[in-house]
Amino acid sequence: MRDIRNVQMVGRTSDGRLVQRPLSGHLSVYLDFDMIVSVGHRITGCAIAIGTIVLVWFLVATASGEAAYANVSWFLRTPVGYLALFGWTAALWYHFCVGIRHLIWDAGRMYDLPTVRRSRGVILGATVVLTLLTWLIALS
Amino acid sequence: MVETKRFFFDLPKGSRPTIGKTWKAPASATHVKNFQIYRWDPDAGGNPRIDTYEVDLDTCGPMVLDALIKIKNEVDPTLTFRRSCREGICGSCAVNIDGTNTLSCLKPINAASDKPVKINPLPHMPVVKDLVPDLSLAYAQLRSIQPWLKADTPPPPDSERRQSREERAKLDGLWECILCFCCTTSCPSYWWNGDRYLGPATLLAAYRWISDSRDEATGERLDALKDPFKLYRCHTIMNCTEACPKGLNPAKAIGEIKLQIMEREG
Repeated sequence: MRDIRNVQMVGRTSDGRLVQRPLSGHLSVYLDFDMIVSVGHRITGCAIAIGTIVLVWFLVATASGEAAYANVSWFLRTPVGYLALFGWTAALWYHFCVGIRHLIWDAGRMYDLPTVRRSRGVILGATVVLTLLTWLIALS
Repeated sequence: MVETKRFFFDLPKGSRPTIGKTWKAPASATHVKNFQIYRWDPDAGGNPRIDTYEVDLDTCGPMVLDALIKIKNEVDPTLTFRRSCREGICGSCAVNIDGTNTLSCLKPINAASDKPVKINPLPHMPVVKDLVPDLSLAYAQLRSIQPWLKADTPPPPDSERRQSREERAKLDGLWECILCFCCTTSCPSYWWNGDRYLGPATLLAAYRWISDSRDEATGERLDALKDPFKLYRCHTIMNCTEACPKGLNPAKAIGEIKLQIMEREG
């Protein structure tokens, strides 16, 4: 912690000596579903960005010819490729749903706790349904 | 002396709690509940430790604060915590109980469960002693938003500044804040950027004055908050609203400030 809060990390003993104060626990003690949903939005955002590199690889390969396309096609059809694609679609739908809730929040609505709890259930449900639907359509 | 390492996900070495003593209940106790409490004494130094106190619930009041007071009175007088009103109006006894910040005087002891009650100081704060965190930075941030009525127009002679019922109703859900800082210290954004982000309690107080029809500094207040860190480190994580022991909604207040800044800029 390299900021002004450092100053507060120094305390004094009863006889006036300086002593290093401990920092109270944070992630190690705090439990809340909302913060997991929130950090999930960030993590999926990063995952989508990384997945987009694969998308670029795919697009460039399609443009540059048969051999390059065969490479991508082979990679994406390996189990690892399928897993990456599945993760990418799941992350995309999750990020999409949470993003819509962020838009609603930015309009000043749905801040009350019962709605927040209900909407995070809707987000998780919609992510599962939309991901499965995407794959049903893709594989059929 | 001062640790300058940047720590995000883990506590610095000297802050990691170790397992401390167990304080047994008297043999006659029938309804024993364990309380695991964070202890750190500046005179002893070293790492904080988690002491376990066995409390007989049959001779203890119903709230977590009752157990803390019982321990201090009857078992270990060195246990240090803040408390005053014991009825949720002073905001002194805010601690982290079982993973959530709340007022220990309003939190009932779950007598039905065998699980120990875990009591920690408010998260990501420098510890003065045991359950007492140093809140001086949070208070300084509150001062920085000038939480008082600012008006150039003098009040009407021989009377107070008047408000309509509708104007007064806008302050409901804002004025009730008791400044316990349960919300501010529950916020991961405040943990990581608390030096520059004002935190939910202070922003709720700022919105209380922005919404006040008698205050004439609304524009000035909004301008002062328009800052990537002071206000916009809020990412609507919602921990603040979940934590508030008074049932207020700091996240909504922050959202309203963001909306008003946007409307002001057109």
